[in-house]
Amino acid sequence: MQNHFPLWKNLLVLIVLVMGIVYALPNLFGDDPSVQISASNEAEISPERLGHIKSLLTKAALETKAVEQQKNKVLVRFNNTAEQMRAADLLRNSLGNQYTVALNLAPATPGWLRSFGADPMYLGLDLRGGVHFLLEVDMAAARKQAEERYNNDIRLALRTEKIRYKSVSFDKGAVKVVLRNEKDKQAAITLAADEFRKLNVKVDDEQPVLYFSISEEEIKEIKKFALAQNITTLRNRVNELGVSEPVIQQQGDNRIVVQLPGVQDTTRAKEILGTTATLEYRKVDTEHDVQRALSGRIPAGSSLYYERDTKNPVLLKRRVIITGDQIVDASSGLDQNGSASVNIVLNGIGAKKMGKFTQGNIGQPMAVVFIEQKTSTHMVNGKKVSRKQKIEEVISIATIRDAFSKRFQTTGLDSSQEARKLALLLRAGALAAPVDIVEERTVGPSLGQDNIDKGILSVLVGFVLVLVFMAVYYKVFGLIANLALTFNLVVIVAVLSMLQATLTLPGIAGIVLTVGMAVDANVLIFERIKEELKNKNSPQTSIFLGYEKAFGTIFDANITTLLVALVLFGFGTGPIKGFAITLAIGILTSMFTAILGSRMVVNWVYGGSRINKLSI
Amino acid sequence: MIKQIDFLGKRKFAAFFSGLLLIAGISSLAVQGLKFGIDFTGGTLVEIGYKKAVDLTVMRSALEQAGFGDSTVQHFGSAQEVLIRLKPREGVSNAAISTSVLTAANTGLGEQGDVRRVEFVGPQVGDELTEDGGLALLYSMFGILIYVAWRFEYKFALGSVAALAHDVLVTLGFFSIFQLEFDLTVLAAILAVIGYSLNDTIVVYDRIRENFRLLRKGSAEAVMNTSLNQTLSRTLMTSLTTLLVLAALAVLGGEIIHNFSIALLVGVVIGTYSSIYVASPLVLALGVSKEDLMEPEVEGEDIDVMP
Repeated sequence: MQNHFPLWKNLLVLIVLVMGIVYALPNLFGDDPSVQISASNEAEISPERLGHIKSLLTKAALETKAVEQQKNKVLVRFNNTAEQMRAADLLRNSLGNQYTVALNLAPATPGWLRSFGADPMYLGLDLRGGVHFLLEVDMAAARKQAEERYNNDIRLALRTEKIRYKSVSFDKGAVKVVLRNEKDKQAAITLAADEFRKLNVKVDDEQPVLYFSISEEEIKEIKKFALAQNITTLRNRVNELGVSEPVIQQQGDNRIVVQLPGVQDTTRAKEILGTTATLEYRKVDTEHDVQRALSGRIPAGSSLYYERDTKNPVLLKRRVIITGDQIVDASSGLDQNGSASVNIVLNGIGAKKMGKFTQGNIGQPMAVVFIEQKTSTHMVNGKKVSRKQKIEEVISIATIRDAFSKRFQTTGLDSSQEARKLALLLRAGALAAPVDIVEERTVGPSLGQDNIDKGILSVLVGFVLVLVFMAVYYKVFGLIANLALTFNLVVIVAVLSMLQATLTLPGIAGIVLTVGMAVDANVLIFERIKEELKNKNSPQTSIFLGYEKAFGTIFDANITTLLVALVLFGFGTGPIKGFAITLAIGILTSMFTAILGSRMVVNWVYGGSRINKLSI
Repeated sequence: MIKQIDFLGKRKFAAFFSGLLLIAGISSLAVQGLKFGIDFTGGTLVEIGYKKAVDLTVMRSALEQAGFGDSTVQHFGSAQEVLIRLKPREGVSNAAISTSVLTAANTGLGEQGDVRRVEFVGPQVGDELTEDGGLALLYSMFGILIYVAWRFEYKFALGSVAALAHDVLVTLGFFSIFQLEFDLTVLAAILAVIGYSLNDTIVVYDRIRENFRLLRKGSAEAVMNTSLNQTLSRTLMTSLTTLLVLAALAVLGGEIIHNFSIALLVGVVIGTYSSIYVASPLVLALGVSKEDLMEPEVEGEDIDVMP
């Protein structure tokens, strides 16, 4: 029988339709203004703490819509933004530094939908408001720092090995070492093989001169480290900003993307991203009593500090052993006993200072002080007051077991998580390659909402115009095409939601454009059916031939457009990618809905019966 | 066949018209160029919304006093909103610029404005985007050339790519003549125009191929004319529906995608024209014949002949 779908085709279309509706639905529910609480050390929030949070909110007469615990976070939903803001201020002040309190717009998807894994589309920053930064790590500076370091290290190593040299200097991107004689030259070559394996060594055949240059591999390492270091530092900082879903990602081999949804105060964001931390190694003052110092009698030559996590007071000597810019690397690992440790590498000057100090202080405790310049903004009498503050905290205390200089290990850490954290902080305080903001895009929340409203309005108006036009021009077939078009819109939204692709304003434009172009397939088919009718074919045969003959054309035409969408995706950045994704998805779904979807309805209406006239 | 329009008979007139458009567009591009947005030039853009209408003179002098004499200030969307643009500067911390512009604007007007949008693009990023954009255009054209040559025949590939180049140049020319701002979204729109116009052209070519195989009699010109007439109502219908939604987007979509919609509107109109009056006459001029399209095997050989 002509124009009759087998059961499986009908089922396929219906299943896609139902799935489309289910996965598109969450987008209708909007968001709840909410507050997200997480512990600074990423530990799980205990039931007691949760009870405490709840009672704080009840006491302040804040009505919550829901309180949910998700892994190591607690999400509190509110009915309006005013209560959300009040609650955030309250929680920030009463929970203290150990918790991060972030504002969030949590999707208000009902539980039964969430159980299918259905979530609303992820809105881009241009729609939800927020800040986008593109940071570039100054790799030339990173390289320069490394060269500087090797220059010092080579001098030091030569002196330590008692190899006398005439000069050590920079020469065309390499460190040029001029020695006194052939014997010293041979000794230096041996030294290079032992200690500077990472460097390329070029030996002058005639004169006692060596050239040390950084190998390509080492440059790659340096770049990788500079980037990783900056990313970890940024992560650390962004956590302080209290942003609920920050994105910090590497882009290319020297750039970092930072996206902070919902952040409105870009000045503060820039301040926090821009501050630099340093650190100092100091000797612990064991001669004086901490308790006495607490009561105000701090001994001369010492100062009082507090430990970062436990807030225990510690008395430290004023004299600094080494500073953070002498740390070359810090990584977490395991010591020979298999317990968590941090491995630290110092540069030449640091190693010398450290060596001198540790020789005379074996058995003594040594502390690491982490110093940050923070700008904190507080609400005083309803006004924002920002205050610059130097925060100095002790992040580690360890006993010196042996004299060491260049490389050493901090052991006895409680967990590998702790080791990772310490390594991260040490790296954050180490000399960082400078970063530049090379791109900033901030969208205020009001513009974001405007963009959403305008986007939705133009999609709807464009859509309705097309519906009316099709219905008038193609009558019953026009209505069927309209069903397919609606189906298409639902499926596009569903696919975007399922992929959690980012929907941007150009993305909405992409949807609008596909609405316009999606009817093309149906127009092609219907025009073909009209032609077949003109050629004196029966209505049933015309329908059959119309779909059959139009298919090849639709396929070719869409594939080429898809090709363009792919190129767009490959070359585009941010907004263009968003456009390309919706365009590509739109092309694919429109082929399905316009060919299979509309055919199914046409078959239901006309298939299998004797008809004399088509309403087309 | 009922009444046929002799499209190809008017091809000389069409060539003249296209030539005129191209000359106007290219000379404008050569003389005054495109008005590139900060996506490509680099620089800073700050959009602020105030509660009352903004006097631009006050704003300009406030900015001048703060040392931003080189800024351009304009209303954006409404009189309450202003758009401030700054050229890229050397030696000044990039991040600091937008902050100080904002402070200067707010103190000048004596009102705390609502920051709608801040965009800063470093010159190096701008250069890369220009390069990537140009490459994207070239690569998509090249991909199309290969696909069409494979599916049809190389004459068709040349015809379609020439028609696309025509559309791109005319749309760019339009942006140059009217000095509309050319930003990233407009580039995306131009690429979408390529996709759209190609879609149109392929539908026509498809018909031409089918008719060449079907109709035994008639000259190439007659066959192509028939094909154009057969696809005409589809071409117009699709363009109309697309133009309807684009008009909705241009009118209601807001300032940010306004130029994007304009580029698409111009592109769709010109793309529709070119698929009838440029793409097909070119294939005819290249001397297409029935034999070119008769057997699928022939198509395979033609790929090898391709330059």
